[in-house]
Amino acid sequence: MDGTELGWWGVPIGVLGGALRVSTPFLFVSLGECITEKSGRINLGLEGILVTGAMTGYAISFVTGNPWLGVLAAGFAGLLLGLIHGLICNLPKVNDIAVGIGLMLFGTGLAFFLGKPYVQPTAPNLPSISFGAWSSSPQIQAALQVSPLFLIGIALAFLLAWAFKNTRWGLVVRMVGDSSDAARAMGYRVNLVRTLATAAGGFLSGIGGSFLSLYYPGSWSEGLSSGQGLMAVALVIFSRWNPVYCFYAALLFGGAGSLGPALQSVGITSGYYLYNAAPYVLTLAIMIATCSTRRTLAGAPGELSIVR
Amino acid sequence: MTQNATALETGVVATAPGVTPGAKALSRSLWAPTLGQFGPAVEALAIPVGALIAAMLVFGLFMALLGQSPMEVYRLIWQGGFASSFSWQNTLSRAAPLILTALCVALPAQAGLMIIGSEGALALGGLTAAVIGHQMTGADPMVVKLAMAAGGMLVGGLWIAAAGAMRQYRGINETISSLLLTYIAIALFNHFVEGPLRDPASLNKPSTTPIGDANMLGHFPGLDVHWGLGFGIIFCVAMYVLVRHTTWGFGLRIVGGNARAAKLSGLPVDRLVLAACFLGGAASGLAGMVEVAAVHGTANASLMAGYGYAGILVAFIARQNPVAIIPVAILLGGISASGGMLQRRLDLPDATVLVLQGLAFLLILASETLYGRFRIFKPKGA
Amino acid sequence: MTERDPRYPNRREMLRYLSAGAAAALMPGYASRALAQTGKLTVGVIYVGPRDDYGYNQAQAQAAAALKKMPGVKVVEQEKVPETTDVQKVMGSMIEQDGATLLFPTSFGYFDPHMLRMAEKYPKVRFAHCGGMWTEGKHPMNTGSYFGYIDECQYLNGVVAGYTSKTKKIGFIAAKPIPQVLRNCNAFLMGARSVDPKITCQLIVTGDWSLPVKEAEATNSMVDQGVDVITCHVDSPKVIIETAEKRGIFSAGYHANQAALAPKGYITGAEWNWLTVYTEHVKNAMEGKPFKNFVRGGFKEGFVKMSAYGKAVPDAAKKKADGIKAQMMKGDYAIFKGPLKDNTGKEIIPAGKAFVQTDPVLEQMNYLVDGVIGKV
Repeated sequence: MDGTELGWWGVPIGVLGGALRVSTPFLFVSLGECITEKSGRINLGLEGILVTGAMTGYAISFVTGNPWLGVLAAGFAGLLLGLIHGLICNLPKVNDIAVGIGLMLFGTGLAFFLGKPYVQPTAPNLPSISFGAWSSSPQIQAALQVSPLFLIGIALAFLLAWAFKNTRWGLVVRMVGDSSDAARAMGYRVNLVRTLATAAGGFLSGIGGSFLSLYYPGSWSEGLSSGQGLMAVALVIFSRWNPVYCFYAALLFGGAGSLGPALQSVGITSGYYLYNAAPYVLTLAIMIATCSTRRTLAGAPGELSIVR
Repeated sequence: MTQNATALETGVVATAPGVTPGAKALSRSLWAPTLGQFGPAVEALAIPVGALIAAMLVFGLFMALLGQSPMEVYRLIWQGGFASSFSWQNTLSRAAPLILTALCVALPAQAGLMIIGSEGALALGGLTAAVIGHQMTGADPMVVKLAMAAGGMLVGGLWIAAAGAMRQYRGINETISSLLLTYIAIALFNHFVEGPLRDPASLNKPSTTPIGDANMLGHFPGLDVHWGLGFGIIFCVAMYVLVRHTTWGFGLRIVGGNARAAKLSGLPVDRLVLAACFLGGAASGLAGMVEVAAVHGTANASLMAGYGYAGILVAFIARQNPVAIIPVAILLGGISASGGMLQRRLDLPDATVLVLQGLAFLLILASETLYGRFRIFKPKGA
Repeated sequence: MTERDPRYPNRREMLRYLSAGAAAALMPGYASRALAQTGKLTVGVIYVGPRDDYGYNQAQAQAAAALKKMPGVKVVEQEKVPETTDVQKVMGSMIEQDGATLLFPTSFGYFDPHMLRMAEKYPKVRFAHCGGMWTEGKHPMNTGSYFGYIDECQYLNGVVAGYTSKTKKIGFIAAKPIPQVLRNCNAFLMGARSVDPKITCQLIVTGDWSLPVKEAEATNSMVDQGVDVITCHVDSPKVIIETAEKRGIFSAGYHANQAALAPKGYITGAEWNWLTVYTEHVKNAMEGKPFKNFVRGGFKEGFVKMSAYGKAVPDAAKKKADGIKAQMMKGDYAIFKGPLKDNTGKEIIPAGKAFVQTDPVLEQMNYLVDGVIGKV
């Protein structure tokens, strides 16, 4: 090793770096969806919210010159769309899954429509924090360049896990999600709680989107998201509605996603489509190995339409 | 359901606040026309159409805010999607694949499953059909076409049935597994089309070896719409009959209503679920076969044009009713067709039509809440 | 319905079509057949992706935008049209509803079967396709294909990369391993090897035309392996150029000028100049001259151009690249000449044989030359 190249070490370092770089949108969207689903609703429209967040974040960062304002604006754009979902689903007989798919279309369309003028310009990106100064290897230094949003996401995952167990509003959200009748008997306004939970979920998904446009890959284009929002919804169920597991699942997904390019860079050049599908195969395999019909999913909100 | 729901369902009519109970009763006795037995049918038409009109109004407002004339926009949408025989052919040919992919959602939904993997079944069904078509070159075209359709349906059916099996036997949520299976199917598809099955002559667009002109499905005589539309309509009607008018379909809907009760009453729940998934997947697989045999002549990446995802939406707007899928798919096809008009005449971006579709579908879905709220639609004696 | 169309059918035609069938008569497009005399032309341009993608589609859209300034020319455009029956309907709509008589379907996958089908249906409309292999006798005479030898630019990218690379490892990120892409990748390395024969080129295939996250990951893993000059062939190189800049390596652009994205690391870039082709087709159509079916060109014909050199480019590199470019402008520079081996050691071109750029054999390239790390 002559210091400029890593050879086979490039694969684990690439996967580690990929996990740190690529996982953040998965993390934020799945945390957002976790809040929504805990309250007994499912929002499949987070893909649309993610894309809207990415566009809004980039546009605001470009206009104001401050990427953090962009992140905030992305969150609020997501909140607004989440609110739309929440309010529509408050109406009786309306199917939350279908509304989510409609919202995905609407959010994506709106983002593409309003985002046209921001494809060309370069907006200021979010800074990164370096954790690799101890190493003399530039590759490790680069892999350990971490976005502050990623750190916020980790903190949020643990905070949410704690809050669901230990705070009053955490208990209320869970109760509403497990049995609306019980919650109503206790005097809580079920629809209000769910609407707020969906809006909060939208806020986090919007931020997840701004990570794509403002940090990695760090620019706005219509092809920016390749289904991260949709996949993150699946990750929540995979992580059994546990925010900390969401974090692990996001890392797994991010890392597995960079396996393809990393393997090619060391000369494993055939079958890249199959390597690119590694995250999906891995998730499915883990689910086949761990799920069972005999016990219901631990942590599953009882009111959620897709678990029953 | 929710507090609001119960309140609204028990109250018969929703009148404006401030109307006194006496006046309410009076108005009901004096002014209470109903459409009799046609009520529910008219309701099923009037509510979504009303929502669509509302969506058009909101969209017009959006366009006006951007400095476009709403009337001009409406005129172009009409002209692009529905005004002439050309625009109808444009609309119908866009609707054709959606009819079949929507069935992939609607059939498992009868058994209470929420499958979103029709894109994957379409890809693998199309790939299978392309391989069969090429392998059987020289055989009687009719036999080849049947074999392609059968192969595509079998593979697509098995792919979605796998999601059903994982749910029934391993307890894996079918929504996730079908999504994961789609990504895996597309990876397999790309791997084979650009690897072992690639026709070396397909230079800059990796494809499988062509199935040959003799094995292609034609178009409707005199029209520029391929036979896939016919397959879709036949499939929809057949599934409607199967689901609504047979014992088997009745059993399936019981499973969809309450799987535990169905099991207790001795219904073969697992078999019913797997069969519904298989039929849904077969519809998508057939859509793939049609794309290969009526459009491309080979399997290549263009098969994944998002028909599977659009089908999800169609199925939900159609409220999972196999026959309602047909008009909904045509509506979606028409909006897509008119999108081109907006781009070419007003220089609006492609996303304009996405905004319109999103608005239309959000409002149509929201309008579900209005069913049963209008007295005029109540059947006699209700 | 037709009142907006400037080329409303005249009465005689109207009668003829009325007799042919009421429905057909109402289709405004049939009017367009009378347009050759009017000196006006409607041109339809169809893009597979967004018009402003900083890449392939933008390069075409820039030419279309310039066409709009020509007197008598009206341009209708439609973006994000998939290579399915959709594109057939879009071509049909442009002809029937907008009266277009010259179409530019700009994506490779539009050619067969979509454009060929429409060309049969509308024999009087000219279809100029980007990238296809139009063959006389096999394809209709109202269809044709144009393309540019942008591998000449990639060769020059390689020459400049050869001078700027310190690690002697350069990288190429590709969407799919198709002939157009392989030709560019090979030319890039051969340009670099003309400076230093020890240089190698790492190829990473992402699998699709627009996958920003994968493209960024590919760039990062290349940098980790010591690659210090990178170029690509994807629809929108924006992310790759920006990621390279962030990681502090050099980059060479593709499709359009991306210098603004990487002020430090952008060395030069391969750009299309489609206006030359577009103008020629439009002029021929307006003047009623025959349609040129097979159009190809490189530097000499003005179909391609280079971005201005970046700050990091040494004078020696500029001198050598400019020298080769001058030869290409004269049209007597062969990039692919023997002896040439592929990267499995097999001889591709024997010593003494050289392929001129126009040779169609080069458009079927299915190998990677010696020194490219990767597999087809």
